[in-house]
Amino acid sequence: MIYREAGQFKTTYASDQAIFPIVQDRVFVALALACAFAVPLAATEYWLQAILIPFLIYALAALGLNILTGYAGQLSLGTGGFMAVGAYSAFKLTTAFPEASIILVFLASGVMAAAVGLIFGIPSLRIKGFYLAVATLASQFFLIWLFNKVAWFVNYAPSGTITAPDRRVLGVIVTGPNSTAGARYLMALGFVVVFALIAKNLVRGRVGRSWMAIRDRDIAAEIIGVRPLRTKLLAFGISSFYCGVAGTELVFLFLGSAETLAFDINQSFLVLFMIVIGGLGSILGSFLGAAFIVLTPIFLTNVPHIVGLKMSVALLKQIELMIFGALIIFFLIVEPHGLARLWQITKEKLRLWPFPH
Amino acid sequence: MSQLYAFTLGPFADMVSSPVFLVEVIVGGIAAGLMYSLVALGFVLIFKASGVFNFAQGVMVLFAALTLVGLIERGLPVVLALVLTMGVMVALAFAIERIMLRPLVNQEYIILFMATIGLNFFLEGFGEMVWGANVKKLDVGIPDTSFMVAGVQVNKLEMTAAVTAAVLVTVLAVFFQKTRIGRALRAVADDHEAALSIGIPLKTIWVVVWAVAGLVAIAAGIMWGAKSGVQFSLSLIALKALPVLILGGFTSVPGAIVGGLLIGVGEKVGEVYWGPLVGGAIENWFAYVLALSFLLFRPQGLFGEKIIERV
Repeated sequence: MIYREAGQFKTTYASDQAIFPIVQDRVFVALALACAFAVPLAATEYWLQAILIPFLIYALAALGLNILTGYAGQLSLGTGGFMAVGAYSAFKLTTAFPEASIILVFLASGVMAAAVGLIFGIPSLRIKGFYLAVATLASQFFLIWLFNKVAWFVNYAPSGTITAPDRRVLGVIVTGPNSTAGARYLMALGFVVVFALIAKNLVRGRVGRSWMAIRDRDIAAEIIGVRPLRTKLLAFGISSFYCGVAGTELVFLFLGSAETLAFDINQSFLVLFMIVIGGLGSILGSFLGAAFIVLTPIFLTNVPHIVGLKMSVALLKQIELMIFGALIIFFLIVEPHGLARLWQITKEKLRLWPFPH
Repeated sequence: MSQLYAFTLGPFADMVSSPVFLVEVIVGGIAAGLMYSLVALGFVLIFKASGVFNFAQGVMVLFAALTLVGLIERGLPVVLALVLTMGVMVALAFAIERIMLRPLVNQEYIILFMATIGLNFFLEGFGEMVWGANVKKLDVGIPDTSFMVAGVQVNKLEMTAAVTAAVLVTVLAVFFQKTRIGRALRAVADDHEAALSIGIPLKTIWVVVWAVAGLVAIAAGIMWGAKSGVQFSLSLIALKALPVLILGGFTSVPGAIVGGLLIGVGEKVGEVYWGPLVGGAIENWFAYVLALSFLLFRPQGLFGEKIIERV
């Protein structure tokens, strides 16, 4: 009843091809964005630091992996490694050029990650499916080993960690120990909004269609003229760019300082969970999956508190692991296409409501 | 120039100058490789019969070892504990089939793969909750001593592992090739729905294959546990078994053994001769790079089924 598009006529091609053609959608998204940007005025430090900032960072990483695995069909377990490339290159760049704008540093670190992604994406031309996943595992382990072994990456620091220095954007400190959570949140939000828009337009256009062609029937795609080399490498490059920027944000906007442990194989699996639960091949799915994965452990840790149960920390951790695993299986059984599909079904039902059909 | 020499020819010169050491390194590599093969066998079984890449195999090895040790610690005699552990793994197979596999029949393989990762987390937490998180010592009566064979040191435990692996491989190969159930398993691996349509009971087959994989996990758990104690890093062997699978082929039982041997030897030789040149600790990724270079020339692995793609 309220979600109908009756009376909304498009008179130009541009308006017909809009991302949100229905006015109700546009209003909703505009409101959501306004709320998102206004959050630092109302949210507590805990919410910003522990929930919202990691959600935005992981949403960006999930977007990157979704482009590679959900749209282009190349299963990759090397996300952690590419995030590490972004973080370490940003650290080197900003310590070498302290006056350079931090936004440029973030983007440049993404480009470095993209270059590495291109190199490690070359095997995808010969290898497919699970074998490719194992090949990307090789990149993951190798990159982590590289950052551990070569002390140049941490500027020869004895602790072996990289730390984010204080950097300003428009006079406000956005990274480093003196930044406020609100400033960091807005920085992360800005990046995510811009990159999500770019990703949405990429997947709606020719590039995205060629990715999906490769994903669905790669030999047939090659026959009709989609160049597999170019398409797959483009997917690897762009995906690694996103993951690299996400990795940079992870250290600069969330952790403050990190070592390679923050980018190990668990990180790769975490981001893979996000896109599978959120929905493969869906931009919204990346966000929903990231929200789910970020919120579930926090929820599980706090529920016994709220309910009043007293449990040892170790037992709590074990139950958390069990519930996490069980939830993943449950989700895969209930909706293998992820939360995005559930949202799509909801919207379809909303269009008919209150009528049954 | 000397750098180039040090990198390419130097290690070979080292090898030739002390052949006995080289043989010892190779024997050590074979032993390590066989341990990987035992774990890889479980993977191959499940993949061969259901097309599912069971990421939780490492955790199943750990769980089997934990159950065995836990029962022995509670005072049960070793043989009884072993039988009970086998029962537990079969019950686990039943549970997995009922709760996880049946609702996911004919889903895409990546979904099943993710489900096994979920299973991995679940079993990790469950095992830790039931049996505790301490490192446990596993003693099944095999001494960890060495004896000399033709001037080369050989470890008794590793010999036992080698013999176990050989026996398991023979039994499993016969099982798959000669028995009716083996044929049914291979049919299910090809196509679930087609197998269902000609009357193969999927549920029974899956329970059988996961149970057998569980029994193989017990064998692997005993060997690994006796060698380095039952601890939680055991679940990470799954990651080490992946290059073995790639080399040998995902669907080949002898391939798991050959792949294991190659990876084990390659890793040890690489670590000993090339490791010091790049700062050491290359064991983490060397196996993967080795497997990767293999993949570029032979995408299905040494013994795997040739991938035929139809457009």
